[in-house]
Amino acid sequence: MKDPQKYLEELKAKGLEPEREERFREELRVTREFPSGRGRGPFPDFSRSLYAWHDLAVLMGQERVPNPYQLHMKALDELLERDRQREKDGFPRKIRVGRLIKPGKAGKGKIVVVPSTEEEKFLHDPTIRPPGEGGSTGGSGKGEEGEVIGEQKVRETGEEPGQGPGQGEGEAHEMGASAYELGRVLTEQFQLPNLKEKGKKRSFTRYIYELTDRNRGSGQVMDKKATLRKIVETNISLGNLPDPSDLDPTRFLISPRDKVYRIFSQEKDYEPQAMVFFLRDYSGSMAGKVTELVATQHVMIYSWLLYQYAGQVESRFILHDTEAKEVPDFDTYYNSRVAGGTEVASAYRLVNEIVEKENLAADYNIYVFHGTDGDDWDTGGDKSIPELVKILSYVSRMGVTIAEHAGTQWTEVARYLENSGLLRDKPDLLRMDIMHEDAEEARVIEGIKRLIS
Amino acid sequence: MELINQHTKAIMEGCKERARAAGLTFTDESLEYIVTNRDLIELSPKVMIPTLYDYWVHDVEVLRGKGEYELYPHNPYETVINTRPPISFYNDNNPDWLNVMIFYHVLGHIDFFQNNLYFRHTWEYDFTGQALSDKRVIAKLRAEKGRWVDYILEFARSIDNLVAYHDELSPLFAAPEAATSSRLDYYFDVFLQVEKKLPVGDYLKEVARYNEAIAQNREEGERIFFAEVTAKYPEMEAHFAKAQNVKRVERRDLMKFLIENSEFLSRDENQWMRSVLEVVRKTSIFFQPQIRTKIMNEGWASYWHEKLFLVDDRIKGHEVDFARVHAGVTSMPRVGMNPYALGMRLMYQLKDAGDKGKTGYEFDRLSDREQRRHFDTEAGKGEEYLFKIRSNYCDYLFIKDFVDQEFTDRYDLFVTGKRLDPQRMVWQYYVKSRDAKEYRDMVLASLYHPPHIEIAPERGEEGSLYLVHHFEGKQLVSEYIANTMVGIEYLWGAPVQLETSEAHIEQPRGGAGREGVEEADITWQRVVYTMKDKVLSRQVL
Repeated sequence: MKDPQKYLEELKAKGLEPEREERFREELRVTREFPSGRGRGPFPDFSRSLYAWHDLAVLMGQERVPNPYQLHMKALDELLERDRQREKDGFPRKIRVGRLIKPGKAGKGKIVVVPSTEEEKFLHDPTIRPPGEGGSTGGSGKGEEGEVIGEQKVRETGEEPGQGPGQGEGEAHEMGASAYELGRVLTEQFQLPNLKEKGKKRSFTRYIYELTDRNRGSGQVMDKKATLRKIVETNISLGNLPDPSDLDPTRFLISPRDKVYRIFSQEKDYEPQAMVFFLRDYSGSMAGKVTELVATQHVMIYSWLLYQYAGQVESRFILHDTEAKEVPDFDTYYNSRVAGGTEVASAYRLVNEIVEKENLAADYNIYVFHGTDGDDWDTGGDKSIPELVKILSYVSRMGVTIAEHAGTQWTEVARYLENSGLLRDKPDLLRMDIMHEDAEEARVIEGIKRLIS
Repeated sequence: MELINQHTKAIMEGCKERARAAGLTFTDESLEYIVTNRDLIELSPKVMIPTLYDYWVHDVEVLRGKGEYELYPHNPYETVINTRPPISFYNDNNPDWLNVMIFYHVLGHIDFFQNNLYFRHTWEYDFTGQALSDKRVIAKLRAEKGRWVDYILEFARSIDNLVAYHDELSPLFAAPEAATSSRLDYYFDVFLQVEKKLPVGDYLKEVARYNEAIAQNREEGERIFFAEVTAKYPEMEAHFAKAQNVKRVERRDLMKFLIENSEFLSRDENQWMRSVLEVVRKTSIFFQPQIRTKIMNEGWASYWHEKLFLVDDRIKGHEVDFARVHAGVTSMPRVGMNPYALGMRLMYQLKDAGDKGKTGYEFDRLSDREQRRHFDTEAGKGEEYLFKIRSNYCDYLFIKDFVDQEFTDRYDLFVTGKRLDPQRMVWQYYVKSRDAKEYRDMVLASLYHPPHIEIAPERGEEGSLYLVHHFEGKQLVSEYIANTMVGIEYLWGAPVQLETSEAHIEQPRGGAGREGVEEADITWQRVVYTMKDKVLSRQVL
């Protein structure tokens, strides 16, 4: 990996505005090598309610039982149906679907869907407090009044616990569901568009049933031509057809075995298949909500494609800061955090390399989705744009998601994509969606529509 | 779900003997079940009560986060359920020694359920049996009315924290000898004070006159007394008769109010909805004491499982195993609140106070810190004192009365604060205060406390229902107001208004605050929400 400090010096030598330099430096200052995965802040129990403690968990050291989704997926359909009915009956909908929780490590297709609902009541709101106040709880042990006993990066954590994927105080009611199922829900519930088929490329061991097998004597649909042929054969061998120029079909003898029928049988089908590249900026500036947004959106896109291609989707995951690397599974993709500078071009280049080396363009519908906060040290896109043009020569769709940090606007990536004119010239191939880091789930889904419709 | 085997049941019975010998009291029978994970999944949304009515929200899996308990006041997640007989649930692969410990813990809970006065209304009946019959009622209604039963269930549940639980309890404690005639009550409580607005001196004279009349003639005293009253206030009898006819309004029990007063619900075709409301209300009232005694209940159970386990001859050799599990349960976290730990420590503190005679006036009078520390009359009444507290207290009183500086100092407790350092963009966790009062207030603020909402029938216009939320320094969760009111409007059959207070938070001056966090002001304003034809409007008062 190249040294970002050195790289920064190089950039500086080429001339860099002080404001931009400051921002790049800021990016490097973020602590390196966050531990990936669980553990949110130094004191995960800070906001745990008194009432969250209960005997089974505490005495028997038992975690809350994770719900196997089989129990509930069917119920989910019924519940959603009920919710639709509810709207017809004149009451607001109550169930929200598609909230994502951290994907598990087992198998890359495994992600988590949680339908949720809230029982609304008149309740006191404990979150009303002056800005900058984070509430209070108990504590024990040493420490003078005023002494700081732990710190937590704001961006890393979001403001409140329970917002992060897979958090919810370690007690999230999780429901593992296949991504396929999520894709179906997304397509149906959120009316995401169906894909246009772009050609069937490769055979699979899936079958459909066709009337292709012939069977003599009995069956469903008579194959008249074949039957006639059989009758002629039979009569020739019986000597019943002495002169081919003078045929008298009324004199033909017909054996039961002459009748040829077609019956249903398995047939190989040709199906489209897709290769999706997920690219994520994991540079220093990407910590916190931005990553969550991008990753959430990527899971949804992945699920949607999985459904659209009836499971025939392969995915590749690429992370980049100033350099890009491919990671093996979604879990790593989602959880890796590294601090460093940003160079979008590195990721695009890697995609091109992989596609070329494995000759993917010939066999696959290729999709590329890239998520970033929009920072790029390659300010003008001088390196990115050429790589991007190359990608556009073979992709079915490329979608760039920019999750802007609060306070920033019109980031470098957005600017150079816009300036390149590609968005305008090739709207079928390249889409961009800019959202704010505080975007809600509905906005994320809206974004997916923008990227893939 | 199956009963524990005979071997394990024998262990339980042994625990009961020892617990009884130590002073705990509970009924003879108890049921213990082994549960599988699958059972647990199905049981937990139903508060571990297998016979609780079916409801779709139980089927929707919910994300649990901060304040979860506030959202679902009926989710104590107890392994023991307070019913007759008490039922408890166990994991199927516990070693015997662990079962011994858990059984003691469970017996602590059972003793608590059956002796704490806040559970008084649950003492006489089998809730699971009742729940089963309710479940059948609802299932039957569902067969007839379809999804509308679930809407009514939902609307009922949306107000099931607005039940006057204390009102429900108080008649259970009326001392019979204090009974006086309702005429007398009316005369002294209402007529003289409200209607005549008598000066205090005159009022006391009247009381004295009554006492004298009774003293002279026990049998006829009251009649003689009232003869004079009628001479003085001829209108008194008429007023009293009128007052008798006025129906008392359940001001703090919205559920009961709707059941009794909603014209919509009293229509023939809507009668069935009342049954649903009754079921939900009953369930809510049943679980109220559980929520209100979490710290005490867990502290009490932890105290007893520790005490009884250590002297149990059957667990020789597992002291270390026990210590490990027990420490996990009852250690004070560096940051956060553990009701087991807090409750158990308070119990020990109180036992100590009882043992040293620190429970009386003599000790209270002392102000010298050293003298207080060394005070010891060797009264040795610690446990007796504990038993009294377990019978008579709830969490609120327990924390309010007993968390003092001695306690917080002894266990090194403090309030942890969390604040933003805007310059470095980090949240800082810091020791906010070691003052017992602050600690106490922090714990009290985290206790279950439904908002105080009263019905003001006289303020409703043209049949609308007027609710007044009494401001206690907290605003209501604003996103929930609309849907809650949709439900109330439906059940009431006419528009509903809610008067409440809302916070307006001033942003700190000078942007994000360069010198640390600036004190930002919260100002409060009184607003009225009106729900009419499912449309919510808001008006500032």
